[in-house]
Amino acid sequence: MDEKTVSIEVDGKPVEARAGQMLIDVTDRIGIYVPRFCYHGKLSVAANCRMCLVDVERAPKPLPACATPVTDGMKVSTRSARAISAQKATMEFLLINHPLDCPICDQGGECELQDLALGFGRGVSRYTEKKRVVADKNLGPLVSTDMTRCIHCTRCVRFGQEITGIQELGAVGRSEHMEIGTYIEQSVDHELSGNIIDLCPVGALNNKPYRFSARAWEMAVRPMISPHDCAGSNLYGHVLRGTLKRVVPRENEAINETWIADRDRYSCHGIYTEDRLNVPMIKRDREWLEVTWQEALASAAEAIAGAVADEGDGLGILASPGSTLAELYLLQRMAAGLGTAHLDHRLRRTDFRDQQADPVWPWLGSSIAGLEQLEGILLVGSNLRTEVPILAHRVRKAALAGADVGFVNPCDYEYLFDSAFVEAPFADFTRSLAGVLAAAAEDLDKPAPEHVAEAVSGAVVEAEHRAAARVLLGKERTLVLLGHIAQRHPRFADIRVLAAALAELVGGQLGYLPESANSVGAALAGCLPHRGIGGTAAQAAGYDVHGMLSSPRRGYILFGIEPDRDMAESELAEAALMSADAVVGFTAYVNDALLECADVLLPIGTFAETAGTYVNAEGAWQSFDAAADPVGDARPGWRVLRVLGNALGLADFDYRSAADVRDALRRELGEAPPPDNSYRGSLSIAALEPVDVDPAVLDVPIYAVDAVVRRSEPLQETVLGRARDESEEPLAASAS
Amino acid sequence: MPEHDLVCFATRGFDSEPWSLDNYLSVGGYRAWQRVLDGELDRAAIIEQVKASGLRGRGGAGFPTGLKHSFMPREAPMQKYLVCNSDESEPGTCHDREILRLNPHSLIEGMAISAYAMGATVAYNYIRGEFIDEPVPRFEAALQEAYDAGWLGKDIRGSGIDVDIHTFVGAGAYICGEETGLLESLEGKPGKPRFKPPFPAQHGLYGAPTTINNTQSLASIPTIILKGPQWFVDVGVEGSSGTAIFSISGHVERPGNYELPLGIPFRKLLEIAGGMLGGRELKAVIPGGSSVPVMPAGNIIDATMDFDAIKAAGSSLGTGAVVVMDETTCMVGMLRRISRFYYAESCGQCTPCREGTGWLYRVLTRVMEGTGTHADLDMLVDVANKIEGHTICALGDAAAWPVQSFLKHFRHEFEYMIDHGGRSIVAAPDAAAA
Ligand SMILES: Cc1cc2nc3c(=O)[nH]c(=O)nc-3n(C[C@H](O)[C@H](O)[C@H](O)COP(=O)(O)O)c2cc1C
Ligand code: SF4
Ligand code: FES
Repeated sequence: MDEKTVSIEVDGKPVEARAGQMLIDVTDRIGIYVPRFCYHGKLSVAANCRMCLVDVERAPKPLPACATPVTDGMKVSTRSARAISAQKATMEFLLINHPLDCPICDQGGECELQDLALGFGRGVSRYTEKKRVVADKNLGPLVSTDMTRCIHCTRCVRFGQEITGIQELGAVGRSEHMEIGTYIEQSVDHELSGNIIDLCPVGALNNKPYRFSARAWEMAVRPMISPHDCAGSNLYGHVLRGTLKRVVPRENEAINETWIADRDRYSCHGIYTEDRLNVPMIKRDREWLEVTWQEALASAAEAIAGAVADEGDGLGILASPGSTLAELYLLQRMAAGLGTAHLDHRLRRTDFRDQQADPVWPWLGSSIAGLEQLEGILLVGSNLRTEVPILAHRVRKAALAGADVGFVNPCDYEYLFDSAFVEAPFADFTRSLAGVLAAAAEDLDKPAPEHVAEAVSGAVVEAEHRAAARVLLGKERTLVLLGHIAQRHPRFADIRVLAAALAELVGGQLGYLPESANSVGAALAGCLPHRGIGGTAAQAAGYDVHGMLSSPRRGYILFGIEPDRDMAESELAEAALMSADAVVGFTAYVNDALLECADVLLPIGTFAETAGTYVNAEGAWQSFDAAADPVGDARPGWRVLRVLGNALGLADFDYRSAADVRDALRRELGEAPPPDNSYRGSLSIAALEPVDVDPAVLDVPIYAVDAVVRRSEPLQETVLGRARDESEEPLAASAS
Repeated sequence: MPEHDLVCFATRGFDSEPWSLDNYLSVGGYRAWQRVLDGELDRAAIIEQVKASGLRGRGGAGFPTGLKHSFMPREAPMQKYLVCNSDESEPGTCHDREILRLNPHSLIEGMAISAYAMGATVAYNYIRGEFIDEPVPRFEAALQEAYDAGWLGKDIRGSGIDVDIHTFVGAGAYICGEETGLLESLEGKPGKPRFKPPFPAQHGLYGAPTTINNTQSLASIPTIILKGPQWFVDVGVEGSSGTAIFSISGHVERPGNYELPLGIPFRKLLEIAGGMLGGRELKAVIPGGSSVPVMPAGNIIDATMDFDAIKAAGSSLGTGAVVVMDETTCMVGMLRRISRFYYAESCGQCTPCREGTGWLYRVLTRVMEGTGTHADLDMLVDVANKIEGHTICALGDAAAWPVQSFLKHFRHEFEYMIDHGGRSIVAAPDAAAA
């Protein structure tokens, strides 16, 4: 792009602008509002709505601000008689066929057309002919349609063409018979499709499950952070009398731009389900009793005290990586106070052999926005679109901008851009990865590092391995990114050693896609068996998840976990938990497995009902307040932990707020440890034997990642939601 | 034979298969191309000759063809394209069809010369879908003949010059005649015009520099090269060189396509077309296809048929499609029919055209049904004014101009109809007097 600056004049004001920049970007920057519908900062210019027509000196016709590049000396009037008359003309044309029944339209009160009509519309319509009626389309469970309201701005069409890369919607037909539709009857299935709701300036595309359940102006708007993945997408929750009604994106260029994943938008429908745990419960003689908080906490304290009676060693603590920083920190302090080192949050991981070599906080290896600046990205064991949809979008942008992207994956997941692919079967993953490393070493004519030399020399190098290596070779800024499949693999330690060697060989970064929303926070808070706060080495390492389950403890604390769904080794977990004397479950939901194994169930709030902090994949600490009121007698988890700590007689458990807890952790962390993924382990690998792998444990479906998402009916009804294991019972139905 | 030389209709005199290669060769066909292949003219020289000839585009806008060709970055190394616009859908216009049917080689030769001049190695001929019966096979057959005779392909006749021509058949949408709508369609997408800038010469087909020319414009080029630009200038009048094919339709004795020198007096043109049908009175003429402003008899009867004269008389030579209307024509009905066309053919992407064309048509329908009001007439003009100049492509203008001009010159017919419950002035008891 030409970086030259030019001087123009807008409404009499002199303005400097970048040559070639569109006029509307300049007017937006200086706070002069030009009305628009089709223009959207993240989409290509269509210039079809004609709402943004302005008056440019010496131009024979009014020009669209969204499609007119500025040139030196340009004199623009956005409010001259000619500009206003053109804008009003467009508004009149838009309204003649648009229903004027805002009171019964879900978009009423937050409609761009309604807003602009106030400023540019006439009081009374001159149009007395019949209005157009357009048949609605069935786009699936997420997006409702009212196609008569469509103003043909084509934002939704361009979204598919440009953002997701799969054109789900298109304009069919011409003249006033042009309709937006799916060509053939079909739902919108891409994991970011819900964004078309926000893009649609009118009420044509709306949030289907939320439909007609509230009015925009009666809801409070609360900032939130997505709990479902490591991006930490910024959200707004719209809350009606304490209930979270819907979720929309909160713009943050550095993280989610203006988008959110459907998982973030529709998970709120998993909050208010029949199977929420509304009151504390304790099990007496194999019977569950509803009790007061006091009784429940006393029982919990008693159970925990029993488990640690002789030595702290009897207690194991397992926490969801989607817990807040305060919760994880309090659990860490509780473990320390009780004298147990058996504390872990890495529930889906199975290979802990080389855990000493884990970074203090395994991070992305790049800022989120920085992904777009990379020249080569090799994803190792990642179904990225389901793992972190928002990051998949960034990687796609990088690819479109010219970066080479490759995948080393068990299957060729659909990526909607050109990429290299190495088929690395689940069971034989390491061998394929070693092939890529060997190809890179061959190309660079460098020996592979000593500790992997044997594996590399035994690897078969074929064209696909060379193609994947070329993604990284001869470039300045590259990233080898370990996805969830890699991290959950029973040979993760070997995979990591190979990936790290590859990154080092090509001079690139090694990155991790942390699980859930707060794995980074959990690592920093020391929610680990072998490390304390900020990565300090534990005096004596405790059991990791696998150890805790294979050497059963007398008692367990389960924090935010459904043991049958959230853990890689669920069968082992079930056996260990069943054999324990005492299991205390902190949970938002009642679940059969918990009812079976637990003795005390303490109702805690979901992500929407608690204040807290998540640390995302790039290390950004993002704090939030509770958006909604807790359901029933549920309480924010950190608060329950605080009271329990007191009940257990632990010192310094008096915090006033989640922020208080976070600040205590921050003080303890002092200078936060810098991001550093470089591998300093000493594992050397030789034989690359195939292993037994259960693919379902490694590749968790997009709408099965956590308890809330699993209960969101609209998400479960989507094509992606239905694709999950048919043998499983629908979760929302399992209410007790 | 007429008293002047023919350009696009040069083979028309042959009784048997005027479209054949032999016939074309016998009137000097491919001699201009041979000179180019022989290296007698380089790219710049060809463009200079076309410029000097004063040839103006026959697709409607009358843009100087040589100048347009000079906009292409002809020496730049990237792929470039020439596209011939044979989408011919402007009501009243049917001269491109005749070129395709009767003298396809003139177009092929013109495309080859122009493609080479602009540094394009690939050219497409976008032909309207309705031409599938006769013009398309005729053009395709000619193309095959040209390839077989070695006039096209790679390293043509050892010259080192490559030109390939492909046919593309549209699906019957007027808007695909708009040059950027055409490019979209050619790329396999719905024919929705692009916003300009960027212009096709910078960012055209598949993003590559592209020039789009009308069939007749391109078919004129071999003769210009062969006989020299001055010859072409001499045939026409100042500002309007050469001959043009007038598609004369309506109330004349002998409607048809006539290739005549530009600048010919309208009276002469009418005479050549056999005069008014049944000797009736001339009421109005649309001189350049349905989108240009209508001219009352008085404004055109003494005009000459060239770009400047028609412009001065308040309309435009457009595509050279002359629609002649006699005293029996109901101007309200005529306008409604024209509006119906633009309403149906709007591509639908931009608001004023999509919504406005239907509005115009519906109000006109109401007027004809006898429920119009005088206020409707002002509103029609107002709506047309608000479409004009506010759209991505010129279809919006094409929909607006007829409304503005019909109401300007024939408002009394609309008023009569409104006052008489939908009865046309031409059906009035004293029609002759009106
Ligand atoms: C709505 C619309 C329809 C058009 N249809 C045609 C057509 O059918 N044939 C044509 O040659 N030009 C048509 N044009 C003009 C083309 O856009 C373009 O100007 C022309 O093909 C250029 O060729 P020329 O320079 O040789 O005239 C149309 C323009 C508009 C706005
Ligand atoms: S003026 Fe009409 S035909 Fe042209 S781009 Fe706009 S909607 Fe399409
Ligand atoms: S916002 Fe510029 S034309 Fe739509």
